[in-house]
Amino acid sequence: MIELKNIRKSFGDQEVLKGISATFMPGKVNMIIGASGSGKSVLMKTMVGLIVPTSGEVLLNGQNFYLLEDEAKKEIREKIGMLFQGSALFSSMSVEENVILPLKMFSNRSKSEMLDRVNTVLERVGLSGNNRKFPSELSGGMQKRVGIARAIVLNPSYLFCDEPNSGLDPLTSIKIDALIQEITQEFNIATVVNTHDMNSVMEIGDYILFAHNGEKAWEGNKTDILLSDNPILNQFVFATQFLQEFKSARSKKL
Amino acid sequence: MRFFYHFGNYLMLLQRVFKKPESGSLFRESFVRSCWDIGIGSAGIVAIVSLFTGMVTTVQTAYQLVASFIPKSTIGAIVSDSSILELAPTIMTLVLAGKIGSNIASEIGTMKVSEQIDALEVMGVNSASFLILPKICAALIMIPLLVVFAEILCLVGGMLVGDITGILTSDEFIQGARSTFMPFTFYFSMIKAFTYSFFIASVASYQGYNITGGAREVGEASTKAVVYCCVIILLSDYILAQLLL
Repeated sequence: MIELKNIRKSFGDQEVLKGISATFMPGKVNMIIGASGSGKSVLMKTMVGLIVPTSGEVLLNGQNFYLLEDEAKKEIREKIGMLFQGSALFSSMSVEENVILPLKMFSNRSKSEMLDRVNTVLERVGLSGNNRKFPSELSGGMQKRVGIARAIVLNPSYLFCDEPNSGLDPLTSIKIDALIQEITQEFNIATVVNTHDMNSVMEIGDYILFAHNGEKAWEGNKTDILLSDNPILNQFVFATQFLQEFKSARSKKL
Repeated sequence: MRFFYHFGNYLMLLQRVFKKPESGSLFRESFVRSCWDIGIGSAGIVAIVSLFTGMVTTVQTAYQLVASFIPKSTIGAIVSDSSILELAPTIMTLVLAGKIGSNIASEIGTMKVSEQIDALEVMGVNSASFLILPKICAALIMIPLLVVFAEILCLVGGMLVGDITGILTSDEFIQGARSTFMPFTFYFSMIKAFTYSFFIASVASYQGYNITGGAREVGEASTKAVVYCCVIILLSDYILAQLLL
């Protein structure tokens, strides 16, 4: 479980996060939505330890990440997997080398055991037989899959996905969403997804946090979104005339 | 003030770099790849530049030594001393700062802007040590070797052009070179090579590692890396000469 308690972050005079608190449960796809500049990327980076918050607590299974000693912090980091917006694959390494890297860094397995594990996760994300390919030879969707394989190779307890659907066509987006949801439930991972993609939110969002101007403006689940009368949320989610009509139609049904 | 800010950050980065690597096998792989890139990848340009430098030095020295009472072997002595003392270690490392410095800064910079460094940090890897330490170690080994290679080719180029154009025979060249050779000259050139190689790898890495932005900033960092490396090489050339000669 990931708990955020009153997270604040300032860059100079500008306060980007203004006291956000939330709880992200394991086995659920937790989504952070919001417009560009709303602070959702900074919030995710505070959770994975890339940006130190000005104040507040990030609790991973009850342990305050920023108060831990270096060794304990390292142990926690090994339980964190992250899928980056641009996949962040190492371009000079093959698919296999990218996925095996965390194992080489942190596990004491033999080489054959590591390769077995790599093949298992590549099969899980539907990329068997692509071990020798380089990131430049893969499509955007395949690169995301490799990113997911690398993120889950150490059996993480927490999976963070930053804009997993950016740059992907709708069909590939649906497949990536389904994969994230399956993995979350299969391995009981606390998954946090940053996204603009409302299709993803409505498909796989178990818990949704709407960030606006660095604050938590709304939280709930995908059914609640349709019933919400929060004007800022409605303006963001149902931005077009078509979506507004869709919302009123669904609300009536519900 | 900005100088002190960057100098402090540079020292803090070095503090992170010189930590025990998390994985010995990955360090070795990266070290060997860096040795190949820095050493073999630069051998061609070093060969061309040093051969021509030796040739031009011989021709120009002969042009200036017009007095008939000066023995021709003096040309060999001057070419050999200037090659070992200054041309190979300093001029060659300035060339290498351009090639290796920009390469390191743009490689690390691209990794930074494409979030590859963030990916390493999230995994719990000390990205500074993982990326920069193998490059510094490889530079400390390969650049001095390239300088020795350049010294040899400078002398060979000078000797050949002297012989072919009739300025002086190979025997006269070798006699002149041996008459004034002092082992300390060679040691001094190696001290220079080690010093410069450390600065080339570390300053270029610092420039790449601290990029914020995109492709334009990668280009800027690459240019800055070359300029700063060149200035630092020239400055430390003067300081080392003042201290050790």
